[in-house]
Amino acid sequence: MSPTPIDSRQRGFLDHVVYVLGENPITAIAFALFALIVCVALFGPALAPYDPMESNAARALEPPSADHWFGTDNLGRDVFSRVLVATRLDLMISVAAVALSFVIGAAIGSAAGYWGGWIDAVTGRFVDTIMAFPLFVLAMGIVAAMGNTVENIIYATAIINLPFYARVARAEVRIRRDAGFAQAARLSGNTDLQVLAFHIFPNALPPMMVQISLNMGWAILNAAGLSFIGLGVRPPTAEWGIMVAEGANFVVSGEWWLAFFPGLALMCAVFAFNLLGDGLRDIFDPRQRT
Amino acid sequence: MGPRTKLVLHRTLQAIPALVGVVVVSFILTRMLPGDPAAYFAGPAATEASIAEIRDAMGLNDPLPIQFLNYVRDLLGGDLGNSLSTGQPVVEELARRLPASLELTLTALILSCVIALPLGVAAAVHQGRWIDHACRSLVTAGVSLPTFFTGIVLVYVFYYLLGWAPSPLGRLDFVYLSPPEVTGFYVIDALLIGDVETAMGAVRQLILPASTLALFTLAPLARMARAAMLQALSSDYIRTARAAGLGEGQVVFGYAFQNAMLPVITTLGMVFSFMLGANVLVEKVFSWPGIGSYAVEALVVSDYAAVQGFVLAMAILFVLLNLTIDIIYTLVDPRTREG
Repeated sequence: MSPTPIDSRQRGFLDHVVYVLGENPITAIAFALFALIVCVALFGPALAPYDPMESNAARALEPPSADHWFGTDNLGRDVFSRVLVATRLDLMISVAAVALSFVIGAAIGSAAGYWGGWIDAVTGRFVDTIMAFPLFVLAMGIVAAMGNTVENIIYATAIINLPFYARVARAEVRIRRDAGFAQAARLSGNTDLQVLAFHIFPNALPPMMVQISLNMGWAILNAAGLSFIGLGVRPPTAEWGIMVAEGANFVVSGEWWLAFFPGLALMCAVFAFNLLGDGLRDIFDPRQRT
Repeated sequence: MGPRTKLVLHRTLQAIPALVGVVVVSFILTRMLPGDPAAYFAGPAATEASIAEIRDAMGLNDPLPIQFLNYVRDLLGGDLGNSLSTGQPVVEELARRLPASLELTLTALILSCVIALPLGVAAAVHQGRWIDHACRSLVTAGVSLPTFFTGIVLVYVFYYLLGWAPSPLGRLDFVYLSPPEVTGFYVIDALLIGDVETAMGAVRQLILPASTLALFTLAPLARMARAAMLQALSSDYIRTARAAGLGEGQVVFGYAFQNAMLPVITTLGMVFSFMLGANVLVEKVFSWPGIGSYAVEALVVSDYAAVQGFVLAMAILFVLLNLTIDIIYTLVDPRTREG
């Protein structure tokens, strides 16, 4: 029996994924790194060898050793445990922010791309106004105005990410608005909203997934940057940005491990998401490969 | 009026809605102060009556459109309110600190252009060779580096380990006197009065923060330069130029490079957006006395008038930068050439 068309198409896609991964082993590394980060975020508190909050004045500022892999900070807390535990908070902030801006951005972008007209003009002006600010500075202003809390860090990060999603959604919906399958769906009696939500939007999703992955790294950087300048997360909470900020005071006297390891963790996370985004783009949108 | 003048005017007019948007958003941000602004400005010892008085004096009882008009009138008069912690007008403090930020940002921008453009062009010309791979690794690593982390690593290596750089505290070591202010850029001001030693001192302080910022902006610039150059090199007019027997140097630099610079100039807008944000982080790491560290200090003491003044100033600066980029684009674009 010959395979059904569905089968062969699925196999074709899998073959393509395997081909892309084999072609560029870095993408495979990125997937592995991503899996590691997610595991640490889920099980971090259970994996940590010490209590991340427990201070021990007798063993303050010790360099990395077999006992304390990443050394201890000025209060004698284990840096390795704190870096592990911080993963969940950092990831949570950026996932929440990106999810929020994906939902809102996709909604307004799709509406603008599908209906055009005044909806497009109004949302376009709104997005342009956000983009008229240097984005990190706007996030600072939003957190300062709304109050210095973790939730507001999430809202601010979501707002500054919004334009990217709205623009991608608008462009992707717009090019499919009058495609054959969309017209067929319309002719068979679907309402505009149904055509947009069930026929056009699923097709516009792959490029948006790429955007999500690329933005995730940027969202982590922004959130960590905000806490680095003292917004949102407050000590003694373990969070990468604030740990780098606290450790920065000790770098000039040679205690590098306080700031280095949380910074390295942050860098690895951003790196993983960026590579993942490039890999997803290779898989979903071969035309955009560079 | 030539077509080019018309285009420049058109672009200038296009900046107006952006400015209006920026002012509206910053008005909303100032009105969203946590809690009651009047109670906040009255201080902890205020009574009900004095809070009501202040609310009235601040115009917080007026309808919002009136409040907005008053806000715009204050802005046009250059009034961003007074800093709560120092009592100084925010505008004056920002203006005093702006040259420090500009000196840092411009040095970093020049540094990253000088490295990124030749790198991107070389990577495109020698596609698939080692320089291309080097360029790609640098670009991928560059976008993943948190600016504040790069800065700290550079301080550790070049100040603590090697001792090449001075301590990361401000624009000039305390053994030097700051040069008399002409441009506000210490290096240029010191050179203007012929004080080479002070100029060198200022340069030494400047190198690390500028490199940190440059590393951050290198990646998008190099990536764009490479992509634009690749596209230009594969286009029909390059094939024609080659077929007509032009030398490789003239093809690459005379034809491809000129056209490849257009998308790079467009990217500069996004690069500035990132740069003005990263500036804040770099200034904090290096205790650089610019407007970024002013905003961070203000945030720490909840001095919101100063923070919002900073946000508005940065946004206006950014709109003007984008306008400048658009105008340069129009002037450089060979398609709008007159005659």
